[in-house]
Amino acid sequence: MKPPPFDYHCPETLDEALALLAEHGEAAKVLAGGQSLVPMLNLRAVHPEVLIDINRLPGLDHVRIEDGELRIGALARHRAVLESPAVREASPLMAAAYPYVSHGPIRNRGTLCGNLCHNDPASEMPAVALASDAEMMLQSASGARTVGAEEFFTGTLSTAAGADELLVEVRVPQAPAGQGAAFHEVSPRKGDFAYVAVGAVVSLSGGACSGARIVCAGVGDGPHRARAAEDALEGAAPGEGAFRQAAAAAADSIDPGEDFHADADYRRDLVRSLTRRALADAASRCH
Amino acid sequence: MAEASVTLTVNGREVSATVDPRTLLVHFLREQLQLTGTHVGCDTSQCGACTVHLDGRAVKSCALLAVQLEGADVTTIEGVGGPDEMHPMQTAFKENHGLQCGFCTPGMVMKGIDIANRHAAPDEATIRRELEGNLCRCTGYHNIVESIAAGAREMSG
Repeated sequence: MKPPPFDYHCPETLDEALALLAEHGEAAKVLAGGQSLVPMLNLRAVHPEVLIDINRLPGLDHVRIEDGELRIGALARHRAVLESPAVREASPLMAAAYPYVSHGPIRNRGTLCGNLCHNDPASEMPAVALASDAEMMLQSASGARTVGAEEFFTGTLSTAAGADELLVEVRVPQAPAGQGAAFHEVSPRKGDFAYVAVGAVVSLSGGACSGARIVCAGVGDGPHRARAAEDALEGAAPGEGAFRQAAAAAADSIDPGEDFHADADYRRDLVRSLTRRALADAASRCH
Repeated sequence: MAEASVTLTVNGREVSATVDPRTLLVHFLREQLQLTGTHVGCDTSQCGACTVHLDGRAVKSCALLAVQLEGADVTTIEGVGGPDEMHPMQTAFKENHGLQCGFCTPGMVMKGIDIANRHAAPDEATIRRELEGNLCRCTGYHNIVESIAAGAREMSG
């Protein structure tokens, strides 16, 4: 047996799932797609006493646009999100990032909401959520609350979700018309954890860049927003000079960790290169 | 920890079993059903040796718990064909020398069928992109790509 022992619950309703979460709290882990959790169990990196499998909960696998927001339910699999025309329409950044999210068999099972709750620092989707001002719809037995991406991602493998809370839906505001988006990543193998990933969105108005968002993954303890780089770009004429300047500011804004694969200087260099490329591509996609 | 019962379809046959909840699908297949064609490579979902089909889609059986699969339809390499009656994808691997040691092959064949199910005539770039999650340490992939292209042609013809 690879995973450590646990008690398994498979609730049929949301209320039942929330009651189980309220009862077991920190001792429980929620099992959605399981594509991060089960390998972590296999490695015995986590030892939950209780697993609450939410796969049977009805009505949580939606991917749709409603009230100007892209709404994605807790059980929407990566493949469904990736293939959804709603995502291409409402969030070109998410669409651009998706090819880097793991690979087919994992995407068939893994969920976007699970991906966000796992908050691996090298993961693409927390960065996309941060860039997009996504909102997390959390529910517990005692009520519901909304937490913005900025507050939600609190550090390596940790989020602001309480032990009794379930992320039932993520809401991503529809991207402004005409905004361009791009995502670039360097990883040891395709689909593997990123050394560094950079996502960028930018709008062009009156021949100047505006409203840029630049986010990085793989550079610290969670998704990082390079505000200095965004500020450097505001009002600048789009072009190689402005993109290089913003890229330098992005590289200066990080304090990356080091590991066996990539030291801090290499990661900084990647942030610089990928930011420049992402901005050039994003600007070329503005319309 | 309480044992749980699960009923699912494996290779077209209904199977009911009692499992420890922590039993991975791959270990359930290999140790409880004696279907040892599905291999365990890394058991952390990176290598693809354990690829099977769940409700018609390729998944990694090391990243699923058997207890989750009540009512599910699972197909393993044993379910697609055997020595007497090989699946066109298996024949394609044989004819195109798509294997050396054979360890990754069950996963490659299951992934190959999954590719062919979604692309009638996949080109080389598509096959290589789709094979991102399946590792082979012998062949350098060239003949695997050729095999899947040939198998897909055969399946669509």
